[in-house]
Amino acid sequence: MSPRLRWRKFVSGFMLTMTGVCALVAVSVLFLILGYLAVHGGASINWNFFTKLPVPVGETGGGLANAILGSAKMLLLATIFGVPIGFFGAIYLAEFSGGTTAFIVRYAADLLNGVPSIVIGIFAYSLVVHPFKQYSTLAGGFALGLMMIPITLRSTEEFLRAVPNPLREAAMALGASKWKTIATVIVPAAYRGILTAVLLAFARVAGETAPLLFTALGNQFWSPGWTHPSASLPVMIFTYALAPYDDWHRQAWAAGLVLLVLILVINIVARAILSRGIAVPRS
Amino acid sequence: MATTTNTVPSAGPVAGSRSFLSRLRQGDEIARMITFLFAASVVLVTLLLVFELWQGSVLPRHKFGFNFFRTSVWDPIFEQFGALPFIYGTLVTAAVSLLIAVPLGIGAAIFLAELAPARVSDTLEFFIDLLAAVPSVIYGVLGIFIVVPLMRQYVQPALKHSLGFLPLFQGPAYGVGFLTAGIVLAIMVIPYIISVSREVLLSVPRDQREAALSLGATRWESTWKVVVPFARAGIFGSIFLALARALGETMAVTMVIGNTPVISASLFSPGYSIAAVIANEFTEATGDLHTESLIELGLVLFILTFVLNGFARLLIVATSQRGSGRGQA
Amino acid sequence: MHASVRPVLSVNIPPIATSPAARETSAALSMRMTISKVNFFYGSKQTLFDVSMGIATNKVTSLIGPSGCGKSTLLRTLNRMYEIVRGARLEGEILLDGQNILTQDVTSYRRRVGMVFQRPNPFPKSIFDNVAYGLRINGSQAPISEAVEKSLRHAALWDEVKDHLHKSAYELSGGQQQRLCIARALAVEPEVLLLDEPCSALDPISTAKIEELLVQLKDFCTIVTVTHNMQQAARISDFTAFLLTGQLIEFSPTPQLFTTPGDPRTEAYITGRFG
Repeated sequence: MSPRLRWRKFVSGFMLTMTGVCALVAVSVLFLILGYLAVHGGASINWNFFTKLPVPVGETGGGLANAILGSAKMLLLATIFGVPIGFFGAIYLAEFSGGTTAFIVRYAADLLNGVPSIVIGIFAYSLVVHPFKQYSTLAGGFALGLMMIPITLRSTEEFLRAVPNPLREAAMALGASKWKTIATVIVPAAYRGILTAVLLAFARVAGETAPLLFTALGNQFWSPGWTHPSASLPVMIFTYALAPYDDWHRQAWAAGLVLLVLILVINIVARAILSRGIAVPRS
Repeated sequence: MATTTNTVPSAGPVAGSRSFLSRLRQGDEIARMITFLFAASVVLVTLLLVFELWQGSVLPRHKFGFNFFRTSVWDPIFEQFGALPFIYGTLVTAAVSLLIAVPLGIGAAIFLAELAPARVSDTLEFFIDLLAAVPSVIYGVLGIFIVVPLMRQYVQPALKHSLGFLPLFQGPAYGVGFLTAGIVLAIMVIPYIISVSREVLLSVPRDQREAALSLGATRWESTWKVVVPFARAGIFGSIFLALARALGETMAVTMVIGNTPVISASLFSPGYSIAAVIANEFTEATGDLHTESLIELGLVLFILTFVLNGFARLLIVATSQRGSGRGQA
Repeated sequence: MHASVRPVLSVNIPPIATSPAARETSAALSMRMTISKVNFFYGSKQTLFDVSMGIATNKVTSLIGPSGCGKSTLLRTLNRMYEIVRGARLEGEILLDGQNILTQDVTSYRRRVGMVFQRPNPFPKSIFDNVAYGLRINGSQAPISEAVEKSLRHAALWDEVKDHLHKSAYELSGGQQQRLCIARALAVEPEVLLLDEPCSALDPISTAKIEELLVQLKDFCTIVTVTHNMQQAARISDFTAFLLTGQLIEFSPTPQLFTTPGDPRTEAYITGRFG
């Protein structure tokens, strides 16, 4: 073997090994994050964490029950607001439209999807908070819902499109009208994909903090109804982590662990639902 | 692929031959109208967003004009608003993050697409997808409690010791600052670079690799000199995508950048970013000019990410089309 | 590879005559490659069964058979390209110039055996850079532009591209792209050139040009080509091997195989009574 060839082979082996190292480093970050959160946050998770209100600085104990409930309420609102728009919009794109309209809708959705979440926050503030001079659960849910729309829309559309055309034709050949075909054949055929899309959108906004900073604001207490400032888990993590109290830091770690586990579980469930179903495109 | 082809039924002869009335009776027209309203609302919301950002930032545009971007005094009390330190901080942290994330991300993508067996590649990609799902605020928590102390005690002193002659690595080690924010951002955007680059690398036709190998190229030479150049546009797309994410990223940066509006050559210096100043000051803004200046910063962010995302998408689509459509003629 | 650069004939080549069978059989042929008792597996699926044959020096050998018969697989064993497919495994022995190819360094071995693929697959670079690619990676000492010209001439492409060598290879027509791929392979001066259905993506006129070219290239190297087109095999090759479901059914001088096949299955295939 010539020295040159030996050198080339060495370079090849070395560089390929380095790419493996890169991959290893990238993936290990996930486990580092999980590990740190488990170590620092695991000990502070107890029954009180889920059921008690925060206590004033200086006292130990207490929990983040109000933040958990606040997050749940906002996510519920976001789902009610964002998913139907995404879902029906996707049906329009995949089954009814063609050409320019579809292009514009898709373009708008992609644009919305790329908007930094802090800008979504500004938008929700100007639209919902500013006119009523009131931070609220509602405004927080609206901001999160906005972010769910494009994710739901684009992936649902892909899954609808993946339904084979012969299925459509078979239903229509039997005399089903178009919307009956959609409701009874196409959507059921794609439901796994759609469910996955919704779950992923939900997981994505569940951890969003920036859009809530000036919509739901925050609250150390329960937030009655829908029109008052409300605590949420991500904002609570942010505030507690930056505060100078050890006890709050512990709570922030614990809340981070709870939030991350929730998001990862939803992600894994969503992918599991998908992989059990028929062949579908990867979004 | 994502355009118009497989939705034939609506335009097909079956639909067309039925009269409008019969379609109406069967509910098709109603269904069409209803779904159209939902689809149209997406466009409406997006337009409204642009309008609100524009309308909400009239005051500073009139008062400061282009000086908004050129001056560096940010003083709510005397109502002077110059955004230069925030723009600087945003660009510097994004640049640092790309310097770290691009080689790492592309390296990992090459491993996943070219080297790893399919099952290993899919498993690792699954973890990478999960990594992309980790919320920003959690990166922030790890950043402030883990990365910042590490930087202050080990990394920054070491850098100062070895590369301290460069202005980049001078000054006291605060832990927080441009460098730390850049590193945390890098960790956050790596998954995007990996996922997209892996896809475009996988779309490179196999015969390109084989042609290079059959000429006596080593595995690395076929990858680096043939496969990667073939996918180059798409890889750049993934980098633009990552850049857009890095510019717009808020929480993690806010927690580790130090929140000080200074322009400093040193990467150790605390700084500020556009997203961070919005996050910190928006609810406590004193007066309309302050609020609207923050909204104008939001508009800047919006335009930056809009351009970068559009560019990224073009590049990625162009690459995958080249992979599938080549040589058909 | 020292034969003089011949002017390229581009028109009115007389129908390519195969060498007289008598000469082929009587002369003691030197064998560039020898394949003995090759079995090939993809995972647990066996796709070649006990194949043995020789590849004669400076001749064209065709591999024919219905699709899925293993002809492409056999071709890919000759430059060990099968190794990039996971789970592929080869048993048996393949010799090039008397040396076992499986024990050699794969990178330097592949340089000695060029390959041209089914669809033209130029790199997304200029015409010049495509041809120079192999020279550059192998660190050739020869002046690159001369070597590029020589290869392009050998591939009968020089006259068509000499004025725009720095244009993208993708601007060439399909037939030109395929000849460019041949030039790219020839540039590293391989001893054997493998072609995997090189004309399947081309129009008849481009195909005719490539066929002419292959016959001329015999002077420089040994050629093995896979084809599903029996007429092509009959026109251009000196030897033809007929494969069926992974087995070598018959291997003879081309005229003999097409006129007096020794196996009823071969006869069935070449007369079109088959699959």
